[in-house]
Amino acid sequence: MTNHWRDIRHADLILVNGANPAEAHPVGFRWLMRAKLDRGAKIIHADPRFTRTSAVADTHLRIRTGTDVAYFGGLINYVLENDLYHKEYVEFATNAGLVIKDNYQFQDGMFNGFDEATGAYDPTAWTYETDDEGNAEVDIDHPRSVLNLMREHYSRYTPEMVERITGIPQGQFLEVAKLVGETGRPEKVMTIVYAVGLTHHTTGVQLIRSGAVLQLLLGNMGRPGGGMNAERGHANIQGNTDHAISWDILPGYLRIPAPGQRNLDDYVKQSASKKLRPNAVNFFGENYRKFMVSLLKSWYGDAATKDNEFAFDRLPKPAANASWISIFDQALQGRMEGLILSGMTATSIGPDSNQVLEALSRLKWLCVMDPFRTTSSEFWNAPGMNPAKVQTEVFMLPATHWIEKDGSFTNSGRWVQWKDQVLPPEGEARHDHWILAELFLRVRELYEAQGGRYPDPVRELTMPYKDPRKPQLDEIAREINGSSLRTGKRLETFAALADDGTTAAGDWIYTGHYPESGNLAKRREGVQDPEKNDPTGMGFYPNWAWSWPANRRVLYNRASADPQGRPWDPKRPGISWDAAARAWVGDVPDYPPDAAPGADAPLPFIMTGEGLGRLFSNGVADGPFPEHYEPIESPVRNPLHPEVSATPAAFLYDKKAGRPNRFGTSADYPYVATSYRLTEHEHYVTQNVEHLVQLQPEAFVEVPTELAREKGIETGDRVRVSSKRGKLEVRAVVTRRLGPLQVDGKKIYQIGIPIHWGFVGINTGQHWLANALTPFVGDASSRTPEFKAFLVDIEKM
Amino acid sequence: MEDTTRRDFLGLSAAGTGALGVSALGFDVAPAKAVKQDLRIEGATVSHSVCPYCAVGCSLLAYTKKKHGRTELLQIEGDPDSPVNEGTLCPKGATSLQLAISRRRVPSPLYRAPGATDWKRVSWEFTLTKLARNIKASRDRTLVTKDADGNTVNRCEGIAFAGGAAFSSEEGYLATKLMRGLGLVHLEQQARV
Repeated sequence: MTNHWRDIRHADLILVNGANPAEAHPVGFRWLMRAKLDRGAKIIHADPRFTRTSAVADTHLRIRTGTDVAYFGGLINYVLENDLYHKEYVEFATNAGLVIKDNYQFQDGMFNGFDEATGAYDPTAWTYETDDEGNAEVDIDHPRSVLNLMREHYSRYTPEMVERITGIPQGQFLEVAKLVGETGRPEKVMTIVYAVGLTHHTTGVQLIRSGAVLQLLLGNMGRPGGGMNAERGHANIQGNTDHAISWDILPGYLRIPAPGQRNLDDYVKQSASKKLRPNAVNFFGENYRKFMVSLLKSWYGDAATKDNEFAFDRLPKPAANASWISIFDQALQGRMEGLILSGMTATSIGPDSNQVLEALSRLKWLCVMDPFRTTSSEFWNAPGMNPAKVQTEVFMLPATHWIEKDGSFTNSGRWVQWKDQVLPPEGEARHDHWILAELFLRVRELYEAQGGRYPDPVRELTMPYKDPRKPQLDEIAREINGSSLRTGKRLETFAALADDGTTAAGDWIYTGHYPESGNLAKRREGVQDPEKNDPTGMGFYPNWAWSWPANRRVLYNRASADPQGRPWDPKRPGISWDAAARAWVGDVPDYPPDAAPGADAPLPFIMTGEGLGRLFSNGVADGPFPEHYEPIESPVRNPLHPEVSATPAAFLYDKKAGRPNRFGTSADYPYVATSYRLTEHEHYVTQNVEHLVQLQPEAFVEVPTELAREKGIETGDRVRVSSKRGKLEVRAVVTRRLGPLQVDGKKIYQIGIPIHWGFVGINTGQHWLANALTPFVGDASSRTPEFKAFLVDIEKM
Repeated sequence: MEDTTRRDFLGLSAAGTGALGVSALGFDVAPAKAVKQDLRIEGATVSHSVCPYCAVGCSLLAYTKKKHGRTELLQIEGDPDSPVNEGTLCPKGATSLQLAISRRRVPSPLYRAPGATDWKRVSWEFTLTKLARNIKASRDRTLVTKDADGNTVNRCEGIAFAGGAAFSSEEGYLATKLMRGLGLVHLEQQARV
């Protein structure tokens, strides 16, 4: 989230897309309801299903799954055509006025820079006109200014086109567009709330970017009550993304080095953003080397010296994408030997669970660390598998629960909240980090005893803990925060980090959360005393836990005030310039704290090279402006450009590896399906919780009433839902919550599939895996699987 | 009553003030409820936790007592002080005690040999020894120090690590550090899926 949960109550208008917070984030949803009840905010819910969120929304738009770019694109077009964008904000805080090089092109669904051989774009082909000093040219009236190119790009997204693609009737769309357009006024603010219903698509990144572009145009980014707010689905996805259990990054969103980078100079040159305007701060880019060197000092200690480029060689440099689907693709190709799954069950998660089962069978060994058995620890014994034929060696290690260890969780709003160890480990269970530390040290001992390939990083990695086999999370929290290697004192701010090897910090964005004064994530000054604990009255609660970075509660908050430093809406200030004190006051400023407003003031978005919010971006793999593409499996051709219907930049794993095609067509699988989650379950672990299994005991699919009538299906009937990849045989719930849509002149039905059941759990009769249906393909940039839009058939059994 | 916390309030109403809670039935049920709660959690240690399910980040209060050398978890409820949840919980958070204490936990390390049709109960020593050997062998077999273009890449291509949506952040950080230390490139968690 750019903002945080409690902040949503400041919104005047709330767009909910790809999310169902009333059911999936019920307690977070209270803040949407507070906005509605306390200030009369309107909630617009665009979703294939009518859910409990829709029930309290002012408008439910039945949208075809995966078409939100067309919806947001239509809103962008409406706002531009009717001159409703926040002009002063757009000129002050976005790249609308920057001029794009004349090689830029968009024609028949293709941007310039596509390489047919690799099936990928070269994003460096989308770039600004610059002067001799590398500064981007500014001229908002130029025919190739970002604003003018945007107008042209989105002029195709007329209300008629929105209806043809999304199925939302024009009249209903225009009513919503009118409300959205009003939030371009400074005294109004809109928030966009989304979840994995936007990310789980081959166009996931662009679905989100299209919302962000709309927010920038309306001047809603950086403001209390505004922003782009991702509701994350698991307790600590945020913290573990920050700390980079992710193939493409190192802690603090530093890029993983790439082959060909011989030293830190090469690395920084290719990874850090470049300053593109004279008064851009370019904070991340300018300090990239300091953060990287401090990380390397944390990891390699005395073995990281200036002479050896601070042990830069020790870091692995991946040849290609190594994300979730790639792991199983590599296993299918016989290139993956071992897999450690800790608190994640590949079999249930999928996509294409049958193919994942096959992949697991090709491993030499699999290690599952979990408190409970999972569909992965038991995969060799899954329905349809013959254990005698599965040669994978499997280890099941009993791990502890969240409540048996301390440490922090970072929530969707970036609040780092420390928790106590409440219970000792149950029975023989061990902490995941103790298991991993023990394994690592045993591997190190083997290298020391026997030698082996390139042992240096294994031998030199620091384990500076009192008992290296049993590191305390408190010790690790201190390492993450970082310290001066001269004084030994922990640092209060990442501004103190250096690139000469005199500082260490495991994750620069967390520097300051654990200064010498103590662990700030433990702070508990909350709503028991609002007057004292919320001095601005804006709900920042600066002494409740700690928020990264720098305890800032709303990101990009310089844009919450006008160029003179006055809040756009004085009733809802983020930060403001106090001329007497010569300081920014309010939230922790996302800006140099004493930089006065004025013509030469630093530009407002301090993290980008432009110093501006990006309406046009080359940070994505599939186009500088979000464009609507159909899901890989779709019942219609793309009405905008039928010849380039789906994104050309999606990586088609099976095709590239020479495996048979596993995508179906609407001739065989005529219905659109989307998967989702229920209030009573969380992924798969809750199949072990009795009360929750009692509340939602059995797998089912939701079938629209009209389709059920055509197929003779009644509620409670057993139905077979099949895709090209697999099937479910479960009960049907016939419901008006899912209605038919008219898409490009065609009647389209959508079927709803909750994901929670498998062959492991209290209710053992429920062995069908919803993800047996989902396609083995992901987003062009992030490779997030397309769980939310695929084709199926349905029949009564 | 302004400075009265919820916990004080339970105590007060238990003492018979009955300030709130007259039900539709016409009598005050608060004291009866409060007495029942007080008995269960009276004298208990209160710890702070955070809900293990979604990432709203609801604060929890966990009540424990030591009994015969064992820590017994009595109750989990929402923390009224939290600016996120203000004491409330959803059905999952409200039943998190049943996740914390369960007879379904795996009691000891288990091992399935290639082709075996059942698990074998084994010791930690057995699994850790075998796994460490596997990791080293797979690393030695699949480590690429230089790629075809002669670039130093030092990557282990044949081991993948995934996990940790309910890891504490510090555990996650250590996992990243150790796995990168082994040279892993296939590193993933719940963010994409």
